[in-house]
Amino acid sequence: MMYAGCVLQLLFVRHQFKIAFFSELKQDTQNALKNYRTAYNLVHELRAHETNMLEIKTMAGFINYKICRLCFQHNTPLDAIAQFRKHIDLCKKKIGSAELAFEHAAWMSKQFQAFGDLFDEAIKLGLTAIQTQNPGFYYQQAAYYAQERKQLASMLCNHDSSVVYPNPDPLETQTGVLDFYGQRPWRQGTLSFDLSDPEKEKMGILSLQLKERNVLHSELIITLLSNAVAQFKKYKCPRMKSHLMVQMGEEYYFAKDYAKALKLLDYVMCEYRSEGWWTLLTSILTTALKCSYLMAQIKDYITYSLELLGRASTLKDDQKSRIEKNLIKVLMNESPDPEPDCDAAAVKASQKLWSDRVSLAGSNVFTIEVQDFIPFVQCKAKFLAPSFHVDVPVQFDIYLRADCPHPIRFSKLCISFNNQDYNQYCVVEEAYQKSDILEQSSQGTMCLVPGKTRKFTFKFVAKTEDVGKKIEITSVDLILGSESGRCVILNWRGGGGDAASSQEALQAARSFKRRPKLPDNEVHWDSLAIQASTMIISRVPNISVQLRHEPPALTNEMYCLVVTIESHEETVAKDVKLTAGLKPGQDANLTQKTQVTLRGTDTCDDSFPALLPDIPVGDLQPGEKLEKPIYIRCGTVGARMFLVYVSYLINTTVEGKEILCKCHRDETVTIETVFPFDVAIKFVSTKLEHLDRVFADIPFLLMTDILSASPWPLTIVTSQLQLSASMTSVDQLESYVENVVLQTGESASECFCLRCPPVTNSGGVATGCYIISWKRSSPVESVPVVRTVITLPHVIVESIPLHVKADLPSFGRVRESLPVRYHLQNKTNLVQDVEVSMEPSDAFMFSGLKQIRLRILPGTQQEVLYNFYPLMAGYQQLPSLHINLLRFPNFTNQLLRRFIPTHIFVKPQGRQADENSIAAA
Amino acid sequence: MAVCIAVIAKENYPLYIRSVPTENELKFHYTVHTSLDVVDEKISAMGKAMVDQRELYLGLLYPTEDYKMFRKLHNSYTDIMCNPFYNPGDRIHSRAFDNMVNSMMMQVC
Repeated sequence: MMYAGCVLQLLFVRHQFKIAFFSELKQDTQNALKNYRTAYNLVHELRAHETNMLEIKTMAGFINYKICRLCFQHNTPLDAIAQFRKHIDLCKKKIGSAELAFEHAAWMSKQFQAFGDLFDEAIKLGLTAIQTQNPGFYYQQAAYYAQERKQLASMLCNHDSSVVYPNPDPLETQTGVLDFYGQRPWRQGTLSFDLSDPEKEKMGILSLQLKERNVLHSELIITLLSNAVAQFKKYKCPRMKSHLMVQMGEEYYFAKDYAKALKLLDYVMCEYRSEGWWTLLTSILTTALKCSYLMAQIKDYITYSLELLGRASTLKDDQKSRIEKNLIKVLMNESPDPEPDCDAAAVKASQKLWSDRVSLAGSNVFTIEVQDFIPFVQCKAKFLAPSFHVDVPVQFDIYLRADCPHPIRFSKLCISFNNQDYNQYCVVEEAYQKSDILEQSSQGTMCLVPGKTRKFTFKFVAKTEDVGKKIEITSVDLILGSESGRCVILNWRGGGGDAASSQEALQAARSFKRRPKLPDNEVHWDSLAIQASTMIISRVPNISVQLRHEPPALTNEMYCLVVTIESHEETVAKDVKLTAGLKPGQDANLTQKTQVTLRGTDTCDDSFPALLPDIPVGDLQPGEKLEKPIYIRCGTVGARMFLVYVSYLINTTVEGKEILCKCHRDETVTIETVFPFDVAIKFVSTKLEHLDRVFADIPFLLMTDILSASPWPLTIVTSQLQLSASMTSVDQLESYVENVVLQTGESASECFCLRCPPVTNSGGVATGCYIISWKRSSPVESVPVVRTVITLPHVIVESIPLHVKADLPSFGRVRESLPVRYHLQNKTNLVQDVEVSMEPSDAFMFSGLKQIRLRILPGTQQEVLYNFYPLMAGYQQLPSLHINLLRFPNFTNQLLRRFIPTHIFVKPQGRQADENSIAAA
Repeated sequence: MAVCIAVIAKENYPLYIRSVPTENELKFHYTVHTSLDVVDEKISAMGKAMVDQRELYLGLLYPTEDYKMFRKLHNSYTDIMCNPFYNPGDRIHSRAFDNMVNSMMMQVC
């Protein structure tokens, strides 16, 4: 009954599979998927036993593959993934026969690989994968099971070589093929769970195990890993990629392909180093060291040893000690001891290689650039100062520290600079016997004791040509071993440091931890900062430069700046040169408007330079003092920076070496330039009333007012009025301010009477210019007179039709007749009708024509005569004259007031006769 | 269950890493290191989308457990950061932190 049910169940699976396959042929993929899923569930309902386990798994694998493939085809990748996970969960524990456990691992690997392929295929057809869900993970898992297979195989298939493959071959069938997939060839057609023939069973298993021995596991693993690497590279997982490459490297190592292993490991090492994963780095380095040992690659062997001994290595001290001893052996040109856990046959082969290397002469010097990894010797170079004067020896320290367990000797330490001439002064060398190297004495100067910082101080005299230049340490070389044995040059570019030192320095800088006190001659390694370059600067000058002047400077004057140079040197200062003038780098306009000269007696023009370079002054004896006046003309106001630079040559001795130093001292001074005075120009009428325009042919006054703005007294030597052609002076033009001294805030005024003939254009008329010749009253040195030209403003000239001029005495007296004559002058070429009237005033009686109408011919004048009789004393208003021009209604009395006086001073009547009455009063 | 607990500095080097002593330590180191790929990706995505910055839990990093655990670990880490004698960036050597990590590993084992 049970038996038949079992068969029936088997048929169910078969039936469903067939329907599904048929649907697939019909391209009815939905139905196909449905039926495959039913078939898959039915497979797992079968009773599983050791004898049919393989068949069940094989079938489950087939059906699963179909389901996943259809799911991807339906663009439901999540269904595919879910199905695959279910499949793995269901089958993971179905190992079957323990003696054939490798078979299960191989099957698991195959499942993952197949799913990975399906996934990858789907991506090629347009599916998008993500970082956390991509085919890489399935290949990686496949590789994992392949590795497990290898391990199981090595455990289960390590039969003695005397065991022979069974005959007849239990894996052979009559037809040469199996009836059904997943069945055992020696058990075909048997459905029973019992083992009918245990002996036959044993032979079958043995033959499978012996076959497994021939499988190249490493090759399978590497292929799967490299598939995974390609995927992770695509999905931006650099660390996963590195991890898989490490695994690949390790697999190559197991497969004895050490060259490939080393290449892969070397490639990924730096990633772990740069991210500071020391445990992982140490593990990779250990494998790499084994590879390089087995290949007898000396340089690689030394490089990995250097790092495994370093502070980043997490190896135990006994391991480090072993590696250090091996390293010393290599340095003495001996074969190192084999690395632990290496394949015995490979070790044998490598020992042969090592002995060949040892006997081979030449190529025994290796230069290893240690900057990019973390060697066991740390190096820091430090100049004692960021700059050195050329007459002081340059000093720097090289700090070395070893992190290995035992003290190590070195043979030479040399430093290279950007100027190679200095290299020869910076070498520490000690010749030592070959045997000394093992004698780990901590006494010698050339010995590095673990955990202790060694300091080497170097000193050299900089060349005078290097003044102003940077001296840089380009490399530090530490030589381990000797020429006779093997020589390893540890080369640090620049001032030392390695792959981890910058992060360490950063952490040390952040730390608030108090460091324990150390003896005077020792320093804390972390607190040392690399200083790989220094500046050579010129010798400190021993002269003084003083400037004497009277600021501020006045515009356009020859400003005197007296430079006093005094030597405090012990010996003669030779070839003293002075550079003086406007400091370069200021506004370009200032350069145009500043002139500097040594000759103060002449006024300089615009062709003079703003800076006088390298004026030879000659030699300066010790204690000698020298004065040099410099004249500066500033054309514009404002602040200027002036530079006074004195350079000279002097012989000095440094460390018993005579050098010729160039020294210089510079002084800068900011000088403000101000206007010496303000000049105000005014036009006024003859009545001293302000004029905004003048009238043609009518005299007016030009008033000038010089207001001193200088803090120093000014002497106005003379002044001069230069009139333009359109102006004429009424009387002699002469200066009234000659040799006037003006203190600050004082002013000097002048007045000139001018007349302007009628002009045709209505615009302004140039007046001319006003020239002031002046100088400081008390200059430092005798300086020329400065001529300042002031252009006078334009004036608007207007013609008037009628000019009235009054002719009257300067004062009147009470009750005494005051004759007044008005001249009416026709300025037009028309006949003018004039209405003249006289308005009476309270203070005067007058006789004359009160109202009259007259006619004046062109260019002629008429006189109107009045006799005023003052009645009151004091400043009295005159009777006012009114004129009305019939042709020119614009001619108002207002305008008239400008020309004729309106008031007059009236004196009281004399009382000579009445002196007594005053006395009585 | 917790088999390995690690605290990683922002420069991606481990400040603290501890795993169940019975298991292969190296394997866990590799696992933690590879999961940083996902952290990098998540953080860069965070910068773009400006998601809630106060949410520090990034979720599962490896396609293979517990938010409460993260909170506990993060609080303990914060305590270390508040220690005036701790220099940010140094590897963590703290008994309190060790005990907390131990309790987290014990609790679930």
